[in-house]
Order: sequence, then C-alpha cells, then structure tokens
Amino acid sequence: MSGMQHSTYTPKSGLGRWIDARMPLPRLMYDSFVAYPVPRNLNYAYTFGGILSLMLGLQIATGVVLAMHYAANSGLAFNSVEGIMRDVNQGWLLRYMHSTGASFFFIAVYVHMFRGLYYGSYKAPRELLWILGCIIYLLMMATAFMGYVLPWGQMSFWGATVITGFFSAIPLVGDWIQQLLIGGFAVGNPTLNRFFSLHYLLPFMIAGVVILHIWALHVAGQTNPTGIEVKSKTDTVPFSPHATVKDGFAMVVFLFFFAYFIFYIPNFLGHADNYVEANPLKTPSEIVPEWYFLPFYAILRAITFNIGPINSKLGGVLAMFGSIVLLFIVPWLDTSKIRSAVYRPWYKLFFWIFIADVIMLGWIGAKPPEGIYPTLALLGAIWYYAHFLIILPVLGLIETPRRMPNSITEAVLAKNGGSAHPAGATAEPHTKG
Amino acid sequence: MRKILHGLAALAIVAAGTVVVAAAQDEKNAEPTHFPMLPPQQLSWSFAGPFGTYDKEQLQRGLKVYREVCSACHSLNLVAFRSLKDLGYSDAQVKAFAAQYQIHDGPNDDGDMFDRPGKPSDHFPAPFPNEEAAAAANGGAAPPDLSLMAKAREVQRGFPRFIFDIFTQYEEGGPDYIHAFVSGFGQNPPAGVTIPEGTFYNPHFMSAVSTHMPPPLQDGQVAYDDGAPQTVNQYATDVAAFLMWAAEPHLQVRKEIGFRVMIFLLIFGVLVYLTKRKVWAEVAH
Ligand code: HEC
Ligand code: HEM
Repeated sequence: MSGMQHSTYTPKSGLGRWIDARMPLPRLMYDSFVAYPVPRNLNYAYTFGGILSLMLGLQIATGVVLAMHYAANSGLAFNSVEGIMRDVNQGWLLRYMHSTGASFFFIAVYVHMFRGLYYGSYKAPRELLWILGCIIYLLMMATAFMGYVLPWGQMSFWGATVITGFFSAIPLVGDWIQQLLIGGFAVGNPTLNRFFSLHYLLPFMIAGVVILHIWALHVAGQTNPTGIEVKSKTDTVPFSPHATVKDGFAMVVFLFFFAYFIFYIPNFLGHADNYVEANPLKTPSEIVPEWYFLPFYAILRAITFNIGPINSKLGGVLAMFGSIVLLFIVPWLDTSKIRSAVYRPWYKLFFWIFIADVIMLGWIGAKPPEGIYPTLALLGAIWYYAHFLIILPVLGLIETPRRMPNSITEAVLAKNGGSAHPAGATAEPHTKG
Repeated sequence: MRKILHGLAALAIVAAGTVVVAAAQDEKNAEPTHFPMLPPQQLSWSFAGPFGTYDKEQLQRGLKVYREVCSACHSLNLVAFRSLKDLGYSDAQVKAFAAQYQIHDGPNDDGDMFDRPGKPSDHFPAPFPNEEAAAAANGGAAPPDLSLMAKAREVQRGFPRFIFDIFTQYEEGGPDYIHAFVSGFGQNPPAGVTIPEGTFYNPHFMSAVSTHMPPPLQDGQVAYDDGAPQTVNQYATDVAAFLMWAAEPHLQVRKEIGFRVMIFLLIFGVLVYLTKRKVWAEVAH
C-alpha cells in the first residue's frame, strides 16, 4: 500500500533539504513511521510488533553491558555472572532485565504469532512477511538457547548436552554436526566460547531480518481484525500520532508486567539448578528447557517408538523440527479465501483448540516422561500436526464463512451503531476491538 | 459438515478430559520415590513481599550459626567480609571479624606461600582445600557451597500453586527449604524404609530419604546475646535468612527501586492512556 504511495515529506530546514537531496533517510523515516497509513480498526493484539522491537533493543542494550563484565570461560563464567550480581553497580538489575527479558520477548512473540494465525495475516500478499517472521523466531530460539548456556550452571550445561545431542540422531552427518556445534566430543570450554560468540552475533542478525520484515510489512500494509484490505483513505489513520500513542500505551502496560517480574519475582521463570555451577560428573535429577521451548520438547519426547527405518530418537527430532517447518508453509496450507477468524466460525473454534493443545504440550514438556505423559504428548503432537495438515486445508474448502462488511469503514461504523454509512449497511457487528 | 465438526470437537474434549483425569490418578498412585517426602513448611520471612527488608539482627544471628556450626563443613566462597557491613557492622567490626581468619596467600618475594590474617576484601575461606577432601571427610558426599543455596533449591510447587505464587510473590522457597532441611532430623523413618549406612533420615531432603549431613544443630548450641530463643528451630530460621542474604545481597534495594518503577509506570501509563483517548476521540475504531 505505502509502496505505491507518494511521499508527503517536505524538509523544513536548509540542512534537511541538503540531506534529503543526498541520502533521504529522514524521508524514509517520515514515510514509514509518521505518515504511514494504518487501518483505523487495529486492536491491541496489533501492538506486539512494536513491543517486540522494544524488547530486542532492551536485550541488546543490557546484553552489551553484561558482556563487558562476563568471562566466556568454563572456569570463570559462573563466578563472573555472580560478580555481576554482587559487585557490578546495578549489575543485578542488568542481569535480571536480560534473563527475564528473554522470557518476555517470547511472551510477546507468541502473542504476535497467534495474532497472525487468528487474523490470517500470513495470506497473500503477505507470505514473505510471515516467513521472515518465522526466521526471526528461529533466530530467537537459537539466541535464547545459547544465552542460557552462558551462566554455566547445571541446567546450562545439561541443557546444552541434551539439545546438541539431538543432532547426533541425523544419519551419516549427525555426529559431525554435533561435534562442530560443541567443538569437541562433549560440552566444554570450546562450546561456551562459540556459544558466546554466536549469542552476541545473532541478535544483530535478528535486527537485520526485522528490517526486512518491516520493509515487507510496509509494502503490503497491515491486516486488520476484519481481514478486509484497505480500500479508501477513510479506512486508515496516519501512523503518528494514532498508532504511536496506542503502541506506546501498550508498551507501558507490557513494561509494567515486565517490571513486576524483574523486581519482585526475578527467578520465577528460571530454574533453581542453574544457581549450581556446571558439573559434568553430576546429572541433575531432571533436565527441563526454558518454558518457551516446552511444547517442542514435548513433541520431541512424544516419539517413543521406531517407525520403520527411523528410530525413536531421529523420529522425535524430525517431529520437533517438522513442527516448526509447518509454520513456514502455513500460507499454503490454509485454503480459505477469508482472512480473519472473525468471519470463520469453525476456524475460530479450531484456533482456540490449537492454543489449548499447545498449552497442554507445554505442560507435558515440564513433566517427567513416565506414566500417562508420553501418551498425552503423542496425542497432543498428533493434534498439532493435524491442525496444520488436515484441519487448515479441509476447513477452507467446506466452511461457510459469515457475511462480511464491504469495507473497514463500514465495519467500524456498524460497530459504533452509526449505520449512516451509504454503502449497504448490512454489515454484521462482529469486529473485535 | 456442522455435525461432523461438532462430533469431532466433542470427541476431542472428552478425550482431553479422560486423559487429564487419568494423569491425576496416576500422580496419586505414584510410588513414594518422589522427594522430599514432606514439603517444606512455609514460614513468614521479613524479606518476603513487595516491601520486604532484611532483619539485621536476624542476619547477625544467622552469621553466628554459620560461623560456629555450618562453616566446619560448608564453604561460603562468594561472600566477601566487606559485604558484612550490610548486616549492620561498622568498618572496624568488619576489619576485626576478617582478622580472625587465616587466609592462605602468596607467593611472597621469596616465592613462598604463607598464611596471614584476613582483610575485608577477602572472602570466607573454605573449610577443605578441595572437593575431594571435603567428600572424603563426609562419607563420600562433599558439603555444597552455601553462597547460593537459598536460590539453588526449589521444591516443585505444582499446579495451581505455582500460578498463585506469581500474585503472592512467593520467592522464599529456598530459605523455606533450608529451614526445613536443617531442622528436619530426628524423626523416625516410616516402616519399610531402609536408611543406608552412614546417612541420616530426613524427610525434608529433596534428593533421597536420607542425607550424608549429620544433624548439625542442638538446642542451646549457639549462644545468642539478643534474647532470641536458642532452639534448633530458631537457629535454622536465622541461618536460612542469613543464606538468603548471602545469595541475594541486593534484594532490599531491588524491591525499593521496583516500587518506584511500578509507581512511575502506573502514572506514566495513565497519562499515555489519556493522550491516546484524546488522539482517538475523533476517530471511530
Ligand atoms: C559435619 C559436616 C556438616 C555440617 C556441620 C553441616 N553440614 Fe550441611 N551438609 C553436609 C553434607 C555432607 C552435605 C551433603 C549431603 C548429601 O548430599 O547427602 C550437606 C548438605 C547441606 C545442604 C544441601 C541439601 C541438599 O538439598 O542438597 C544444606 C542446605 C546444608 N547442608 C545446610 C547446612 C547448614 C545451614 C548447616 C549449619 C547449620 C550445615 N549444613 C552444617 C555436611 C555438613
Ligand atoms: C535476541 C535477543 C536476546 C535474547 C533472546 C537473549 C537471551 C539470553 C538468555 C536466555 C540468557 C541467559 C540468562 C541467564 O539465565 O542469566 C542470556 C545471557 C546473556 N546474554 Fe543474551 N539475549 C539476547 C541478546 C543479547 C545480546 C545482544 C548480547 C550482547 C551483545 C547478550 C549478552 C548476553 C550475556 C553476556 C549473557 C550472560 C550473562 C547472564 O547470564 O546474565 N545477549 N541471554
């Protein structure tokens, strides 16, 4: 939308005109974050993109300062983090912001992704935008996993051992990949060094992909709760001040919850075992990943049997990676022409069942793999796959969508009781927010 | 179509229901191989809650218990003498306290190692030269360092309690556990439970039925000069509070800053919200 749009930027000062003629960065900024038109009916689910940018900035800022005091050596790492907690001025704040920040980053990204699934944000012409988002998510997972290894506690060490162990399940090249990842035959100092290097690098790669993500966004424009494309100028409002202030408000609310965790329960989301220094000779009684990986961990452990030539270990690894690959191809799995779940009663139901399934998987991921849990995990994993591979394609073919309004403006006016709008006031008042 | 979907949905809900019930059943029938056999008692700590502060007298008593009892076996590697000023001691007192310890240092100009009196910048010296020596002296189990103990043990709270813990700000699982463990000796093991040679039954221990740590405390063992009761329960409580401080020395300042940040965000949030209302007042959305 804005791709076609004419720039309305007029530099006011002489210097502004001088720069504009040479490298129109201020113009780009103005067109992207001031004049950029956004649908007028966006709800708060649409503020999480801004929140994610804020969190990336915060993670980088706190991380760079932590790195000034951190020693990436297996003999020193644990105590250097404790040095940050005790002796660096406000070091405890930096560290708790960074460790809690990782969790809140994931809370934000999950809301953002589920928003996309609910409102069909991945459908044409936004497939690339969606895929870029999935790449960011993958990079985030890699970054967080490697960051968690840095404090070199028991969970750091054994988590790294378990996760890098998956790669050895890959036929032929598996052992080689695993040794490349950990820099030897077991997790140790070389592992810590390369993980620190990559943990420092990846967030900047994320920042790069975020720029592409926003670029793609500004070509196609945002979706909105109705899923109807912008048709006229009355459908939109300028980004500033409308979206800026709304995003700003959402950020403050988000920061409020973030601060609650940082200052009052900073270790709630962590694991006590990580306050014990890594000990290669002593396996903890249970090895659990951070909460944001738990659903995938459950899928990994759901495969407890061999399938033909594929043994259970490789099967689990394939199932886990497959569950992420599915996200990349969602735009082509969903056959429905209707974008938003608001007008798809059955999809709406299955969306919430899917959420319940993911939460259940997360719960199982935290449980020991005994008793009923492996069976539950298998059922949950099957449903996860069925949601994408059966429900999404089939539903699009057989579902009868609800009647849709003709435009965003019509939907908004109908919702606000003003049916004064000329174009057929038949809209159903079903927009959210 | 509708019917099929209704059926499917109903089926899924029933399946999920049975499975959850089955899981709950399963947990009940589990063998008593889950530890600790008794959950720790939840005490009320001065440092709990949004306005929690350390009780300096209690920390001083806890330090005394650590010094006279636990330090025979347990190191406190991460704690420097200088930080004892947090407990209300003056510079001179800290200096005198540190000087009571002998610190292994060197080499000197002749290349020899030597012992010297401690300085405020030194950390508590460890009772054993290395982990092997510590283990050998304690029946094969090395007494762990206590610096982070109050954050390094966590008895699973289970659903739904761990959700409530967010709102009650329950972060005292560590000290609760230390108190329960240290004062949890002297009970008779239930019939059928065998206690391995050289270990002591403790139903609060979170790794096994019994531990290599001998019961460390007896009533009246440590003399308090502030009138606090000289009981095992009081010693255990005080040393647990002291270890919480050792693990999280900036807790109090964290909560103080936190309160200011929360108030700021609240007021700022209201202002931004009012601005947002004003900006959007003209636009139906
Ligand atoms: C005689 C030596 C000795 C003394 C004195 C002693 N401990 Fe221990 N402690 C041990 C040993 C040995 C272990 C390891 C136990 C095991 O793993 O079975 C241990 C373990 C512990 C643990 C960890 C339990 C766990 O969950 O792993 C705590 C907490 C602890 N001691 C606290 C104390 C406190 C507080 C005191 C002082 C009141 C104290 N200990 C005095 C020897 C001692
Ligand atoms: C995408 C953004 C990032 C995420 C999701 C992330 C995540 C994490 C996580 C989960 C930890 C372990 C926290 C703990 O238990 O202590 C960690 C630690 C660390 N991170 Fe990051 N991080 C990010 C960006 C960065 C950046 C940009 C840097 C440096 C430039 C950095 C530097 C560090 C350091 C030094 C540690 C170890 C110190 C510590 O454990 O507190 N991080 N990170």
